[in-house]
Amino acid sequence: MIELIQTYWRPFIYSDGDQLTGLAMTLWLTSASLCFGLILALPLSIARDSPRCWLRWPVRTFTYLFRGTPLYIQLLIFYTGIYSIAAVREQPVLDAFFREALNCTLLAFALNTGAYTTEILAGAIRAMPRGEIEAARSLGFDGWKLYVHLILPSALRRSLPYYSNEVIFMLHSTTLAFTATVPDILKVARDANAATFLTFQSFGLAALLYLCITFALVGLFRLAERRWLRFLDVGR
Amino acid sequence: MPVTFTHFISTLEAYAQLLLLGVCVTLQLALLSVLLGLLLGLLGAAAKLSGLRLLRLWAQLYTTLVRGVPDLLLMLLIFYGAQTGLSRLTRALGWDYIEIDPLSAGVLTLGFIYGAYFTETFRGALLAVPRGQFQAAKALGMTFTQGFVHVVFPQMMRLALPGLGNNWMVLLKATALVSVIGLADLIKVAQMAGKGSQLLLPFLLLAALIYLLLSSVSNLALRWLERRYGVGAQEPSR
Repeated sequence: MIELIQTYWRPFIYSDGDQLTGLAMTLWLTSASLCFGLILALPLSIARDSPRCWLRWPVRTFTYLFRGTPLYIQLLIFYTGIYSIAAVREQPVLDAFFREALNCTLLAFALNTGAYTTEILAGAIRAMPRGEIEAARSLGFDGWKLYVHLILPSALRRSLPYYSNEVIFMLHSTTLAFTATVPDILKVARDANAATFLTFQSFGLAALLYLCITFALVGLFRLAERRWLRFLDVGR
Repeated sequence: MPVTFTHFISTLEAYAQLLLLGVCVTLQLALLSVLLGLLLGLLGAAAKLSGLRLLRLWAQLYTTLVRGVPDLLLMLLIFYGAQTGLSRLTRALGWDYIEIDPLSAGVLTLGFIYGAYFTETFRGALLAVPRGQFQAAKALGMTFTQGFVHVVFPQMMRLALPGLGNNWMVLLKATALVSVIGLADLIKVAQMAGKGSQLLLPFLLLAALIYLLLSSVSNLALRWLERRYGVGAQEPSR
């Protein structure tokens, strides 16, 4: 066990010498895909609740497709499926993008979490009390101002408890990255297991790391909820 | 493109049987593990609500650890770990090498993992059924089992169904992970067919479509169940 830690602590935490691995890679995968996903979800969630059906239906189809299929198959489609098409390999830009495993992984993860986040935010927007919107309208807010100053801040706050679930779910989903050769914590654990045959110790170390991140995230979200959801308690 | 499409349709015929087999494996895996998960969930919820402190502690440890660790990691840990443990045992006893088949490994791990999620769902639902219901059943002369089966369980199911439905959808998609430990499920089969026929993307898209179909069908079934268990409830069950 001690030898295992001595040999593998560096790849488990940050690097194997020439690239980001382990904990650092997992955190980067999680935060980057969540970031891209959130940026994608903000406009999409507004479109999802739009009264215009040409705006609403494409978004609904997108979330339906990405929430109805496993992330693993999405990753396979982006990582191996698209690159197997000759037309993609002939285009220099597409070729450069899809040749990199990390790009494909991030793309699949971001679209997947984007779809879930869209539904979470859209639900929060739908659940906005009508009175708040009417009050804002009577104060002269309309169009994008209504969204930027009232609906989005409120929806983002109200969706925090659901979003925290999605964040943890995304953290756990990043373990799929090793199937696309991205060296995250699980990949290091698998390599350590293959080299030393210390199955319980290698995967146990990885499990401990994931547990720590999960608990840290849960704690952070609890603090965030205490801060940003306080306004919901005032009325009660 | 049309040439590729007709080519795909003609190769599809050659691989249809294989694909069907993959769908069967995926369904079998999902159904068996949901059964195991439901059983573990009921036991876990009972343990969490029991008067024995030790039981509560174990149940708490189970749900916290399992839900805090990625399911793929647990799957690899249980699959490789059980295999290593078993071969050590057989070697010590002088038996032949026994290999754990991926299907039972998959069912055991998925059932074990989702049992933790079901535990939380059942616990919440059980807590929401008024205690008086149990006492009323007792007052009518029912035994504990009768009271649970006829009085508490139907009410609990109504409250638990939305959560159970969500868990089922997640589990259905999590079955895809089992192809990583070598089970010939829908994804593995689609990959094999795609690589064999040089049509990887169409076969992967087809597999995704089948998953979409499965989740849509279960969505409809869940809505029907929710309506059924919602009969007689004052507020709509969602």
